[in-house]
Amino acid sequence: MDTQSASEATTTMDRTTIERTSEQELVVTRTIDGPRDIVFEAWTDAELFRQWWVPKSMGLKLLSCEVDARVGGGYRLTFDIGTGEPMAFFGRYLEVTPPTRLVWTNEEGDEGTVVTTVTFEDRGAGTRLVIHDLYPSKEALDEAMSSGATGWNAETFDQLDELLIKLGSSSRQ
Amino acid sequence: MVQYPDGRLDASFAALSDATRRGVLERLGRGDASISDLADAFHMTLTGMRKHVGVLEHAELVTTEKVGRVRRCRLGPRRLEDETAWIEKQRRLWDARFDGLEQVVAERRRKERNDGHPKRI
Repeated sequence: MDTQSASEATTTMDRTTIERTSEQELVVTRTIDGPRDIVFEAWTDAELFRQWWVPKSMGLKLLSCEVDARVGGGYRLTFDIGTGEPMAFFGRYLEVTPPTRLVWTNEEGDEGTVVTTVTFEDRGAGTRLVIHDLYPSKEALDEAMSSGATGWNAETFDQLDELLIKLGSSSRQ
Repeated sequence: MVQYPDGRLDASFAALSDATRRGVLERLGRGDASISDLADAFHMTLTGMRKHVGVLEHAELVTTEKVGRVRRCRLGPRRLEDETAWIEKQRRLWDARFDGLEQVVAERRRKERNDGHPKRI
C-alpha cells in the first residue's frame, strides 16, 4: 500500500448513511477500511460474521450463528433477549457472488420476506458497502418502523430513555 | 425536535420507569398477548398485570380489546419514535456493526500477513 492511496482512502472513507428510498426500501451505505475480498469473507464466514454482526451496544447475547453462504444455503442466528425463549434471525441465500454481491432473504417477520442485497465496491484501500433492504410492502416497512421485531429491544429502550430525558429537559425549560 | 405535551411525557416516564412494563412492551413487540399470557410470562398475578397494563394503556403505549372473555393487549397507536428516530436508531446500529466489521477485517489482514500466505476466496 503506497502513501498516496492510503491518504486517498482517508478522504473517501465515509460514515454510515441510511435512507428510506421508497415506500418499501431502505438503503444503508458505508465505506470500510479493508480490501474487498476480506470484507466479503467477513460477511460469509460464520466465525468472522458472528464477531461483528451483533454490536455489544445492542445488549443481546448471541447464542448460535450458522452461516452456509451458498445459493440455497441458509443462515440462522439465535439471541438471548432476556425474556425466556430465544429470538431467531434467519433466512436463505439467493445469490452469492464473491467478492461483489450477496443477496439473502430474512424470513422471521410476520409481514413477509425482506430481501437484502449487499454490494461490495472496490475503493482502493477500502470497500464501499451498499445494503439494500426490500420489504414486501409499504405496510411491512411501516410496521417495522413503528414496532416490529427490530423496533423494541434493549437498545431501543436505552435510546427511548435518552429521548425522553432530552424531551423532558427541553420541555421544562 | 419532536415536542410532546407535558402530560403525555409524564405518563411515558411513569410507564417506562418499571422493568416489568418495559418487558411487557418488548413482549408485545413480538406479538399480541392476553393479560393472562403476560401474567404467566412475568410470573405475576392477573391483578398485578392488569395494573401494569393499565399504566401502559394510560400512556397510550398499549391498547387492549376485549375478545370474548379474554382481554387482548397490543402495542398502542402512539409512536414514541417517529420514522426519523427509528432511522437514526438503525443508523447507529449499522454504524456500530460496521466498526466491528472493520476490526474483524483488520485482524484478518494482520493474520494473513503473519502467516505469509494469504488465503483468498
